Amino acid sequence: MISVQNVTKKYRGTPRPALDQVSLEIDKGDFVFLVGASGSGKSSLMRLMLREDVPNSGSVHVLGENLVGLPARRVPFFRRKLGVVFQDFRLLPNKTVSQNVAFSLEVIGKSQGFIQEAVPDVLGLVGLAEKADRLPSELSGGEQQRVALARAIVNKPAILLADEPTGNLDPTTSEGIMALINSINLAGTTVVMATHDRSIVDKMQRRVVELSQGQIVRDQLAGGYGTRA
Amino acid sequence: MRFGFMFSEVAQGLRRNIAMVISIILVTFISLTFVGTASLLQLQIGQMKNYWYDRAQVAIYLCTDVSPEATCPRGEASDDVKAQVQERLDSATLTPFIEEYYFEDHDQAFANFQEQFAGNAVAQYVKAEQLNETYWVNLYDPNQSQIITESFTGLSGVEEVRDQRSYLDQIFNILNIASLAAVSIAALMLISSVLLISTTIRLSAFSRRRELGIMRLVGASNFSIQLPFILEGVVAALFGSLLAAGAVLGLVIFFVQGFLAERLPFTSFVSLSDGMLVVPLLIAAGVVLAAVASGLAIRRYLKI
Repeated sequence: MISVQNVTKKYRGTPRPALDQVSLEIDKGDFVFLVGASGSGKSSLMRLMLREDVPNSGSVHVLGENLVGLPARRVPFFRRKLGVVFQDFRLLPNKTVSQNVAFSLEVIGKSQGFIQEAVPDVLGLVGLAEKADRLPSELSGGEQQRVALARAIVNKPAILLADEPTGNLDPTTSEGIMALINSINLAGTTVVMATHDRSIVDKMQRRVVELSQGQIVRDQLAGGYGTRA
Repeated sequence: MRFGFMFSEVAQGLRRNIAMVISIILVTFISLTFVGTASLLQLQIGQMKNYWYDRAQVAIYLCTDVSPEATCPRGEASDDVKAQVQERLDSATLTPFIEEYYFEDHDQAFANFQEQFAGNAVAQYVKAEQLNETYWVNLYDPNQSQIITESFTGLSGVEEVRDQRSYLDQIFNILNIASLAAVSIAALMLISSVLLISTTIRLSAFSRRRELGIMRLVGASNFSIQLPFILEGVVAALFGSLLAAGAVLGLVIFFVQGFLAERLPFTSFVSLSDGMLVVPLLIAAGVVLAAVASGLAIRRYLKI
């Protein structure tokens, strides 16, 4: 499903590579936490999986696509098969909850009929059916992240990439979000989540990949945040 | 992307940058009006050339008592001179080129002069004897005036041989320079309108960078990201071109046909149908320039 092989990524002006000979296999239906200090390479790895960047060497295959050789004009179509959420939600402040979700379908050319059916469905799934007509500014942080999750999964992606989705949320709200992400995973979606949140990782007991200085130092099934092998 | 959705995006973009959009409209309007005027001027020159070159005659001016000593040492041309000129015009060498010729004596020249300069002070001072007696020659092909010039220049009693086209060429030169000036101004204005369009589109893209980021994230194709911005530039420029087209047509109807044509009845002027010819040119120029400018401007927001 996701296959990263001997990937090295250097950014200009920095002597140490952000990723140094990283190899990682993620299977269909997996739930993987990427952990590690800031600057350890988590975000770089996520960017490579989303084809926001290409590595200097090595190969990245996601959903059967070779991302290194993927021509730029095909990247949008690749991204339609992925769902992404971020720490800062990235909602449009001048659109309502349902418009925010609908927007992502409109720009990829889905029919009005499909949108009218899919948007209420997915908002029900994340528990925001009542707040479909609110603006993001009228919602709590946790609710905004639910909207972002709804937008990420409305197109039924095979993979959900989450870059510190609970980074801006309090522990209780985080738990709710994690329950939601977990249920998305149980429905068959592969989840890759970068996080700093120790309690979540410890509690979930899923596969943990720890990065340090651009290298994978731990890849543990059912691990915790800090239990280094 | 659906049409309705895209249309609302374009309308939103135009509304957000209304001041810039108005400036695009005005700059395109002015620059394309200059382009249109220059084209009309060229059409006018072409038409006048057609009209006047066909009617241009070669004049063989005979000496008068007041002619300069150098060319006419013997003063007023005698009847012998006229006979000699006439004989040459009728000769076998020249007749194949000459459609017709006629002689204008002092009195006729005076009458024509009075008519031409009616109301002008010079008409009161000139006397019939001061005006050249002239052989007016119409050629089959006005381009061959050289033949007449060579045959009669230097002949005793002939003051000067003049192709009327040499006067016309001066007028056409002036008109050409005017149209060149209009084109230069138009070029400068077009450059500024292109820059203005790309700046406006960048502003518009910047103010919508959130949307752009999300569009790229969820996999909107480059084309569907680009199109609303390109349309934004094109719509603004289209308004400008339509105004310019209106201005050019107005110029033809009210200034050329309504003012010039009435005052100079014997000149052929560009007509409304000539103006109509220029309109599609203006609109196409405006639309293409705007599409290219905004397409280039939005490009760097598409980098993935």
